[in-house]
Amino acid sequence: MTRDRGEDARLIALAVLAIAALLILPGTLDFSTAYGLISAIPMALLGLSLGLIWGYGGILCFGQTAFFGIGAYAYAVWAVNFGDTTGAVVCAIVLGAAFAAALGYFIFYGRVSDVYLGAITLVVTLVLLQVMRRTSGPEYKIGDALLGGFNGTGAPPMRVPWDTGTMLIGPPLLYVSLGALIVCYFVCVAITRSHFGRVCVAIRENETRAELLGYDARLYKLGLFAIGGGLAALAGVLSGLAVTRVTPELFNLKNAATAIILVIVGGRGTLIGPVIAAFGIFYLQKSLGSQQTVNLDLVLGALLIGFVLLLPQGLVPAVMTLVLRRSGRRRDFKATRRGRRPGRAATRTGRGVDRDLQAAE
Amino acid sequence: MALAQKRERQRERRRQTVVETRGLTMRFGGVTANQDVDFALEAGELRCLIGPNGAGKSTFFKCLTGQLTPSEGSVAIRDIDVTGAEPHDIAGLGVGIKTQVPNVFDGLSVEENVWLSARRTHGADRAWAMTAETVERVRLGDIRRRAVGTLAHGQRQWVELGMVMAGEPWLVLLDEPAAGMTDEETVFTAELIREINRTASLIVVEHDMNFIRAIAGRVTVFHRGRVLMEGTMDQVSADQTVRDVYLGHKH
Amino acid sequence: MEELIVFVVTLAYAMANLALIALGLAIVFGMMRVINLAHGEFLMLGGYAVVLSINNGINIWLAMLVIAPLTVGAIGILVERLLIRFLYGRMIDTLLATWGLSLLIIGLITVIFGPQTPSGALTAPIGSVQVGARSISGYELFLIAMTLGSLALVYGVLRYTKLGLLARGTMQRPDMAAALGVSTSRIYMATFGFGSAMAGLAGGLLAPIVGVLPTIGAAYVAKAFITVISGGAAILAGTGSAAVLLGGVENIVTQLTGPTMGAVALLLAAVVIIRLLPQGITGRFFRRSL
Repeated sequence: MTRDRGEDARLIALAVLAIAALLILPGTLDFSTAYGLISAIPMALLGLSLGLIWGYGGILCFGQTAFFGIGAYAYAVWAVNFGDTTGAVVCAIVLGAAFAAALGYFIFYGRVSDVYLGAITLVVTLVLLQVMRRTSGPEYKIGDALLGGFNGTGAPPMRVPWDTGTMLIGPPLLYVSLGALIVCYFVCVAITRSHFGRVCVAIRENETRAELLGYDARLYKLGLFAIGGGLAALAGVLSGLAVTRVTPELFNLKNAATAIILVIVGGRGTLIGPVIAAFGIFYLQKSLGSQQTVNLDLVLGALLIGFVLLLPQGLVPAVMTLVLRRSGRRRDFKATRRGRRPGRAATRTGRGVDRDLQAAE
Repeated sequence: MALAQKRERQRERRRQTVVETRGLTMRFGGVTANQDVDFALEAGELRCLIGPNGAGKSTFFKCLTGQLTPSEGSVAIRDIDVTGAEPHDIAGLGVGIKTQVPNVFDGLSVEENVWLSARRTHGADRAWAMTAETVERVRLGDIRRRAVGTLAHGQRQWVELGMVMAGEPWLVLLDEPAAGMTDEETVFTAELIREINRTASLIVVEHDMNFIRAIAGRVTVFHRGRVLMEGTMDQVSADQTVRDVYLGHKH
Repeated sequence: MEELIVFVVTLAYAMANLALIALGLAIVFGMMRVINLAHGEFLMLGGYAVVLSINNGINIWLAMLVIAPLTVGAIGILVERLLIRFLYGRMIDTLLATWGLSLLIIGLITVIFGPQTPSGALTAPIGSVQVGARSISGYELFLIAMTLGSLALVYGVLRYTKLGLLARGTMQRPDMAAALGVSTSRIYMATFGFGSAMAGLAGGLLAPIVGVLPTIGAAYVAKAFITVISGGAAILAGTGSAAVLLGGVENIVTQLTGPTMGAVALLLAAVVIIRLLPQGITGRFFRRSL
């Protein structure tokens, strides 16, 4: 809702923190961390895009990587053909959103249910993976860009829009990636607080009621899904730039699973959750290093199972409830919990409870 | 002569039909829930649909709201053919709808629920003002920040009525608005419905006789998927056939 | 004539391949409304069971037809007890948890056996068959026969055994079955084990063709998933009809334009099916079948 002072304050604090990180971080990091972060940030952005459509629209997309990969390929193809990387980024975002909209048209206007939505999107990304792996050979090219099958195609470095002689590689790319993540985060926050975003949440809560109020649920879901596709495509571009290559592996099951894990671990219904989770997993990956006894698949799998079974609401919401409880409102909090059972609530009305719930949201 | 014609036309306009069905038939597999229903509602009217369980009133209601598409026949709202239209199309005409099961946004607050309705047709500031006003009208001001999922059944019904009211509808369709309410709550609900009727035409599906007497208005009796008769509550309850099929087993 | 025979065999193999891959998943989905996203890894485990057996000097037929299904069936029962049973009725959570399980199994196998195939000794035990000037793979013919055999086995178990009857009853009305003194919990466990065993059998049979790698499951799961979802809830009719339809489309397009377009055609066909029939083929047709 638009009138929550506490949330405004939190957002401003976060913005200050983010800008400070943007100014200080790239200069202070050692090379390997900086290089690792350049690869981790696109995953955070991918998680954010899924957090937006799943957490705020209830759209359970298992194949967010489809748009991720399409964005990366679109960037590479455009940049190779036209040499203009700014246009390539725009092209990637537009194509990602358009592909999501086309897919979403089938899904939402066909009234495909949750599980089937997950199935279709997952299969789409896996088919794209298989198709792109088979594109080796000179006959598979778009304009001057060879698609390159298994090995993929080169992603030309991004150039400064107003000074096309300067390439953004190394630390400058970290600035660009981090900046893009921060901007996208606040764009997502703005979306969730807008009328459009509130209607999406309403549709997630009760689609029938939203329709009876005169909102066309299919159209809103389609819009949100397309925005998510555009964000994921941008993430794909950054991911390709990080390794200066675009390969079919962008579409793979592991990336698709990682996006889901980021949202589950971070918490559905928060935007910061998936981002925090992405950095957490980056840290984990870094500390696991290259040793052979425990690998990342194992850890990610265990994390996903553990959170689904034991902490299904995710880290950020869990921590927020814990903080609320710690800050001396234990009794009120318990009352809220009991009050959540419909039918008994009327006898437990209290102003403290109202305030708590508001803060918890 | 010209003056008489003008008056006639004015009277006609005042008696304008706002909802009309012709030959509406709804079949589910081999079961016919509605058979050849011709129904008309005039502007400003408050009409109750009654009938024993399985009489077809709820199916008929769902055909009006776009939740079901009739097998045969047509539905028109203000002369616009809405047969087979989606619920959001019908709501978009300025029709407020409340379904039988409370259909609310459980995870959102009372205020937000109502705001989502007001905001559809109004700018942000106007929507906030209307929300505040509506929340007071349905007497939920004290708990306007509470999540609707935590409220008691009667309060949830009022949230839904508040959502209907905040949309400023000119036609309101309510399916069992007093279901599951205590007597006290029912009285207030009847009051709200009469208030809505000042600015809107209404169709109310209900089988609580006392409630229908409280909100008055004309009554259409459904029986076995057809319209059995129409009239005032007194006329209807005096009719022998109606007493046999519906009231009969009560008295 | 030779051309026609080769064409028909290739087509039949494409269909049988989908059915074989999907059958185990279909049993679990049809009876329990659980989608096991680790299904591909169950097939992978079947392949590993075969390879390890051969490396230890066990006969390949014994390894494929007995050891693989038994091993994976046992693993399935373990998974049901430790994970799935806590999530009944929560379809989305089951999907997510089994996805986690899939990563976990890939991770475990990689840690234990390394990222490469553990043995090159695995080759198809049947050579090719001459049809005039053309030759067709004898092993593919064998797989077609095995697929039909598996379908018949599943039909037999569901139709004629006490377990099948109890299972069908429990799946339709858990409350009634419990009232009759049937342990729903046991039935679910047995069903999941049976589905897993079928996955192990399929994985074992396909291992000589597809190879054995920790990550090979990804190649199976999409096909299995799409076949089951397109087929709908009826296990045999759904898997059969979807496999025939999707396998047919994929293979014909592949034979005309190559494997890339075949995969795309498979996807498009599935999307169209789900768009037109949101409950799958058997949600509309053959509703009363098994």
